[in-house]
Amino acid sequence: MTEVKAAMAGTVFTVNVSVGDEVEAGQVIVVLESMKMEIPVETESAGKVVSINVNVGDFVNEEDVLATVEA
Amino acid sequence: MTKTTEGPAYNEKLQEKLQTIFQGGHLKYHEKQKEQNKLFVRDRLELLFDDGEYMEDGRFANCEAADLPADGVVTAMGKVNGQTVCVMANDSTVKAGSWGSRTVEKIIRIQEIAEKNRVPMLYLVDSAGARITDQLDMFPNRRGAGRIFHNQVRLSGFIPQICILFGPSAAGGAYIPAFCDIVIMVDKNASMYLGSPRMAEKVIGEKVTLEEMGGARMHCTVSGCGDVLAADEQEAIAEARRYLAYFPANYTMDPPIREKVEAKAGRTLEEIIPENQNAPFDMYEAIDAIIDEGSFFDIKKRFAPEIITGLARIEGQPVGIIANQPKVKGGVLFVDSADKAAKFINLCDAFSIPLVFLADVPGFMIGTKVERDGIIRHGAKLIMAMSSATVPKISVIVRKAYGAGLYAMAGPAFEPDVCIALPTAQIAVMGPEAAVNAVYSNKIEAIEDPKERMAFVQEKHKEYKAEIDIYKMASEMIIDEIIAPSDLRMVLAERFRYYSTKNIPLPPKKHPVYPV
Repeated sequence: MTEVKAAMAGTVFTVNVSVGDEVEAGQVIVVLESMKMEIPVETESAGKVVSINVNVGDFVNEEDVLATVEA
Repeated sequence: MTKTTEGPAYNEKLQEKLQTIFQGGHLKYHEKQKEQNKLFVRDRLELLFDDGEYMEDGRFANCEAADLPADGVVTAMGKVNGQTVCVMANDSTVKAGSWGSRTVEKIIRIQEIAEKNRVPMLYLVDSAGARITDQLDMFPNRRGAGRIFHNQVRLSGFIPQICILFGPSAAGGAYIPAFCDIVIMVDKNASMYLGSPRMAEKVIGEKVTLEEMGGARMHCTVSGCGDVLAADEQEAIAEARRYLAYFPANYTMDPPIREKVEAKAGRTLEEIIPENQNAPFDMYEAIDAIIDEGSFFDIKKRFAPEIITGLARIEGQPVGIIANQPKVKGGVLFVDSADKAAKFINLCDAFSIPLVFLADVPGFMIGTKVERDGIIRHGAKLIMAMSSATVPKISVIVRKAYGAGLYAMAGPAFEPDVCIALPTAQIAVMGPEAAVNAVYSNKIEAIEDPKERMAFVQEKHKEYKAEIDIYKMASEMIIDEIIAPSDLRMVLAERFRYYSTKNIPLPPKKHPVYPV
């Protein structure tokens, strides 16, 4: 199980995948907006998206788990 | 290493003694080393030095004791890239590379030799730490282990000091890497820690593996105590040789200039840098377009990757590059990125390596977490290091440079020799969206009609953008120059050649009060 975590505090700008999607390692799962910058958050490993824990507009803190991917 | 000695019996005795010394520890420890993919200390030295040749001191240290050849450390002078260097190298086949009184004395002496001859000092570390049975002879005294660290501090900035970590660097010994300019760690084998996992469990009840707590990968990514993660010992030694090629023998000399090499063929800076200030791009690709191909030596690549710090050559001239990485965390400056850049600037300035700042920075991170981490204090470290660097320094505003980000990246007030803007540059206290919000938020909220509100905001964005227009900045002589991105390499090379005689005296004082 891979946890896709926020690299920094910010708000969720876009959620790019849905639960059940097959994703590749390095694929962008969520884009955060922070400090007026778009911050792409990628999954480290490939697999199936089993959960998405955030919605567009949510505030997240550094290290918050945004989604989980199962190999 | 040694010459065959022939003749009388006393030469035979000498030869025997030397044989024992060169063999190092017991065979079983050699086998254990091999199992761990480790090389014997003398094989490491042969790889390190030009033609594998070196001149050794203190070979007979503790030769009267059983099983302590060279007292577990080899100290020597030799050449790396034609440049003389001094080395201490632990022999982990001898009591796990632990330190006795003669081990310590040998290390202190080779440091003194490095100081007298003004040549770089390398520490090849693979040591379990102090021999507790010998503590009175090697721990608290004037020429005890503490003196090694005292000497390191004394030599810091005087000569380059490099640490290659092949195995453990435990307890007090962990301060050898801490005081070096750079620490190269071998993945899986190298480790640094003050207290071992066993000690952590006994004293504070924590259960943790060595790799998690003090492994090479952890130190190169999380703690920042390691600079380069090498896959194996050969790579670690090769990296040390490559690193040294950027440095003079000591602070009085200039770094060596090499033959010019063309930049790597690839996209132009115009193609690499997006005009949309908020869109990420890979700054490494931009660096490749500026520097001589293959000349980049990345320092702390895995640690705080939102800022890139590395040595490179531009038309053969060594430079230190400090560049924001918009691809990671938007290139925002954090506590660790400030720390990383501050140390790198200090390193380059100490050894006369000119600095290039490539700015694309939304500013320092804000919010509770970073304030509690002391981002102001850490940011101050970076600004002090940058500000007090007297080497030629060029500030390039690649895209945005907002707030204290402009200051950290050697903005105009910090006496860069020149502040160059690319046409994509944008300098401001904050970006247009944030600024308009900050100034007009009450007014914006008061407008009820959404269309009208949007029109008002857009109008204010336009006004703000005109205010911070890069040609206006140039007209006001805030920035010194605007150039086409694809000319940057040529312009940097030319300017660094002109600035090579730069010499600015600082007001007399002992030293600044460091904001550490």
